[in-house]
Amino acid sequence: MPRRRLSRGTHTTRSTSAGFPVTIFRVTAEGTRDTLVEVRNLCITLGKKSRPVKVVDGVTLTLRPGETVALVGESGCGKSLTALAMARLLPSPPARCESGEIIFDGKNVLAMSETELQSLRGNEISYVFQEPASSLNPVFTVGNQVGEAIRLHRPRTNVESEVVSLLRLVGIPDPETRRKAYPHQLSGGMQQRVMIAMALACRPRVLVADEPTTALDVTIQAQILDLLVRLQKELGMAILLITHNLGLVADIAHELNVMYAGRIVESGPAVEVLTNPTHPYTQALLNAVPRLEGTRGRLRGIPGTVPNPRSLPGGCRFHPRCEKRTDVCSDREPEQDRLGSSHWVTCHNWNE
Amino acid sequence: MSRVYNRYKQRNVADETTADIDRKHREAVSGFDTSADAPAPVRGTPLVEVDSLSVAFGRGKSRIRAVEDVSFNVGHGEAIGLVGESGCGKSTLVRSMVRLESPTAGSIRFEGRDLSTLKGEDSRHFRTQSQMIFQDPYGSLNPRLQVGLAIREVLTVHHRGSRKQRPSMVSSLLESVGLDSRYADRYPHEFSGGQRQRIGIARALAVQPRLLIADEPVSALDVSVQVQILNLLKDLQRDHKLTILFVAHDLAVVRYLCSRILVMYLGRIVETAGAGPLYSRPMHPYTKALMSAVPDVSKSLEKRKTGKGRIIVEGDVPSLSTSFKGCPFQARCLFSQERCSEEAPLLREVRAGHYAACHYAEDLMSISA
Repeated sequence: MPRRRLSRGTHTTRSTSAGFPVTIFRVTAEGTRDTLVEVRNLCITLGKKSRPVKVVDGVTLTLRPGETVALVGESGCGKSLTALAMARLLPSPPARCESGEIIFDGKNVLAMSETELQSLRGNEISYVFQEPASSLNPVFTVGNQVGEAIRLHRPRTNVESEVVSLLRLVGIPDPETRRKAYPHQLSGGMQQRVMIAMALACRPRVLVADEPTTALDVTIQAQILDLLVRLQKELGMAILLITHNLGLVADIAHELNVMYAGRIVESGPAVEVLTNPTHPYTQALLNAVPRLEGTRGRLRGIPGTVPNPRSLPGGCRFHPRCEKRTDVCSDREPEQDRLGSSHWVTCHNWNE
Repeated sequence: MSRVYNRYKQRNVADETTADIDRKHREAVSGFDTSADAPAPVRGTPLVEVDSLSVAFGRGKSRIRAVEDVSFNVGHGEAIGLVGESGCGKSTLVRSMVRLESPTAGSIRFEGRDLSTLKGEDSRHFRTQSQMIFQDPYGSLNPRLQVGLAIREVLTVHHRGSRKQRPSMVSSLLESVGLDSRYADRYPHEFSGGQRQRIGIARALAVQPRLLIADEPVSALDVSVQVQILNLLKDLQRDHKLTILFVAHDLAVVRYLCSRILVMYLGRIVETAGAGPLYSRPMHPYTKALMSAVPDVSKSLEKRKTGKGRIIVEGDVPSLSTSFKGCPFQARCLFSQERCSEEAPLLREVRAGHYAACHYAEDLMSISA
């Protein structure tokens, strides 16, 4: 069975630095950028059908080839669930996509059959998770695990040589020997490289990186980021970067979406949002990070904790923790306001 | 996946605001005195003196030299940061400071007394004087023990208070770290990561230590919670004159809390200085690389504007069992010269109070980080 692509599109083939032929989805005429994945108004609920708890509420995202979109928020804000929903990997039950659409290259992922999903997962969309040590199977060699997706999605390929070239692509030295290593024989950074090699095995068009560097040392983190940026340039993938580290976002993201309690509260070009944060939550997040050049006085942090999705506060969800709150904040939900060409903020008092 | 879901389930404990927590904590802190039965320190002696300490495991070819000839002092009430990548021996170093590892060479003196000579009652007393909090707040609490009991156990073992007094001591400890005293009868799974870390701190404070060793206490936490824990440690240091040895790999976090920094690489201290000079003028190439690797918002934005890249250290930390000649960092160093592979640099005072183990420290100082 030939490798299935969901649409033909305008693919061109070229070789990368590692002698790795890739099919690139061309970015068409300047200005009008192709949309690869569109998430529209996604709502995810958890729990019993009779008593659903909405954990992701009206999330809208757009991924384009060659671009990195960051999704930032505290743990429990629904960012990982959103990412899992993109390939319908949500554990169901208890999670369900209640409404909304996820359009991957013109097709609605939420309406796909199981067979269609099989050809999507690991092939068109693949994932890199936080902890490489617990994501890799300890009883198989890394080469075997990297080859799994190739055997599944790309029959009649020479798996062995393909695995070696993948391992070389992600910068693992001496790939011929290392492919026979077991996960415990590799360091954390090397394990994460193996995870990335696995994710790239079928040259996906979308790479979802869910906290890819949180478990790693800073120096290794820098290496992995550098690798992701390089691979994106070479392979033209869209990357969805999920993190709570705004430093990473400032480093590599093109677009930034700040998520709070299941909603996107601010979105726009990463550099613009970070230099000109408008939502009080974005500002608070930025103020909570200790800076390398030193911080005068005491860091404020964000008072309170992420609200329980079972009992979300009325009006704006951030208002109990917000410093700019007024009476209207607890009464009415704020509407999305447009600041720049693509800078959006959901707050009543952003221009106060 | 289920982990994500579980987090939602766990979140039902605290919905009180940090402002409340902060206030309660301040109130409780004032009534809680760590220096109650501690002997008066000998004037002039540092709290801890580490002298040419080496710790090694195994023998022969696979001998792991985790700590190699490390010397430093920790003054009373000081907050010191210990920075380095994983596998550089920093955990072994701090573990030997609480007698969880025994040194193969060199000595550690606590208030002037050599730890290895402590016996019986002295040894028991020492264990109350230095306490440790750990990185993983999920792994360091017994899941089957109510947190109040976990704290009370420490009091019982060290004969603090009477049986009747202990529950109220537990309550005041919980309050001193900003938790509600009603939480004492809950189990660890009912708390969020930040709250568990607070419980770990309360348990360490139960015996009123002089030295608190925090081994990566905020690495596993969210940014907003991270600040809360850092502020708590800052307050404890200020209000109780607590001495803190803070281990981390994030230089930005260390800078916020510590006044003096030790940078460790491959079992050795490669640079040490006050926070100000170390950050403005790092002298060791490894410190420079570490600083460049920290994802810092303002620095990254500037880099994107100017198009300047970061210094990326190639390769991993070499294994502690490998033998090498010359400078331990030489293989990954951007500035390495011929001399580096032949002669091991010693830790020397390059400027007043600023020590670095690099042959070319003076030259590096002039290159901007």
